[in-house]
Amino acid sequence: MPAPYYVSPEQIMQEKEDFARKGIEKAKEVIVLEYRDGILMVAENPLATVFKISEIYDRIALAATGLYPDYEALRYAGIQGAEIKGFTFNREDVTARWLANQYSQQIGAIYRQPDVKPLEVELLLCEIREDSSSKNRIYHLSFDGTFWEDNEYTVIGGRAEEIAGILENEYSASLDLSDAVKLAARTFAAVETEVDEADRYQVTAETIEAAVLDETRNRRKFRRLLPDELSEMLSA
Amino acid sequence: MVFSRSDHRTSDFLELLQRERPELLSRFGTGAGGTTSLPDSSPANWKGQHLPTSSVMDLYDNLLEGTTILAAVYNEGVIVAGDRQATAGFQVGERRIRKVYEVDTYSAIAIAGVAGPAMEMAKLFQVQVEFYEKIEGSPLSLEGKANSLSNMVKSNLPMAMQGLVVVPIFAGYDLKRKQGKIFKYDAIGGQYEESEYYATGSGGKDAQATLKKLYSADMPRDSALKLVAEALWDAADEDVATGGPDFIREIFPTIKIIDSTGISDIPDSEVKALYTELLDRLRS
Repeated sequence: MPAPYYVSPEQIMQEKEDFARKGIEKAKEVIVLEYRDGILMVAENPLATVFKISEIYDRIALAATGLYPDYEALRYAGIQGAEIKGFTFNREDVTARWLANQYSQQIGAIYRQPDVKPLEVELLLCEIREDSSSKNRIYHLSFDGTFWEDNEYTVIGGRAEEIAGILENEYSASLDLSDAVKLAARTFAAVETEVDEADRYQVTAETIEAAVLDETRNRRKFRRLLPDELSEMLSA
Repeated sequence: MVFSRSDHRTSDFLELLQRERPELLSRFGTGAGGTTSLPDSSPANWKGQHLPTSSVMDLYDNLLEGTTILAAVYNEGVIVAGDRQATAGFQVGERRIRKVYEVDTYSAIAIAGVAGPAMEMAKLFQVQVEFYEKIEGSPLSLEGKANSLSNMVKSNLPMAMQGLVVVPIFAGYDLKRKQGKIFKYDAIGGQYEESEYYATGSGGKDAQATLKKLYSADMPRDSALKLVAEALWDAADEDVATGGPDFIREIFPTIKIIDSTGISDIPDSEVKALYTELLDRLRS
């Protein structure tokens, strides 16, 4: 019987990390911005069938990028966990901090399991503030289960650093909604100019997906921005 | 899958709870073959010799009962309303209870019968509808929501057999057919669509009589609101369990209205004005 090859734990983890990073490098980006009345999420997404941004709970939304089946499973699990918790206790007991920890545990557990493909995902779990005395929360989750908090603006996906670099100069606090949408679209268009003309992504109201967590709404703060609304904002 | 005990994926919250947290569903969702926490006290098992003891009867007398609820279609949508009283035996159990709940942007549920399980059913139904919408990315059809409520009433059958009846009214705006719709249920989950108006609960018959006399198809919003207020007034006038408008404590019936723009509450000030006008008319 041949002896099994010895592979050091460092090498196993390194290979997993390389694998996950490679997957995410190919992924389209999602920009999340805090604006005057809440949190805006914008993704490059030419498909009207598959969403990168979704409602999780009353004040919580998930923006995801990477491999669709992977983040879709996490989205489902998030809604399921949140609804069961809210039904068991109270709706206000469901918080993004709790959910970010759940996600972290699950993603981390899969990452550490031997012979299991790590999840090729990068997530932003957004929670709008309850009232003016609290603040918005944006939890940034990585493929290995680690997470940290971002604020003002943040980006996930392949060219995240480049896009964040642009936003660093352009972003200002208390933008109104249409200015925030324009800023996101402009930023996407700016990184696209570096792509070969043939492969360039056309940023229009039909090819971006956008949603908000809007403080002025009733219990359910999440709302998708419809293509008509987006084109009006972009052309204004 | 992550967070859950199995890999099965569903957009049905009731099914999810049955699988993940059956202990939360002591009353609902146990299904036809399910168990109930009071197995031997159903009337079918009484047969003369096993009549409930007096302490069980006392328990029944002390349960809160929701009284009158109604719904009426008008030319742009549908109105759902209910009084604010719950009755325990011959006592006023609760003066400010709410029996009409928003389900989603285009529908509402009103509940009559034993208040505890009824409110629980309304809460569960609201989560059921919202869960589907979030998982699937598009809402259930109005009829789909109505059918799902029917299943919930059906699963309450063992409780209904013991006299713990829950009867909801479900109403909403059908975006496809561009009209308001009403669905009524019987105690065992039978579901029937009403095209004009419906009232149920202890004062349901009285409210229904008023609606029958004064209702006309294609009523505009304002006259429909007046009619609904008057029907609830008559229910409170004839039925001892139903609460009327309470000008001393400033408690007024709940009225919600649903049209193509979504659901909204008629504010207390407007309901108060409706009753002030009605009382002036009745005095003159």
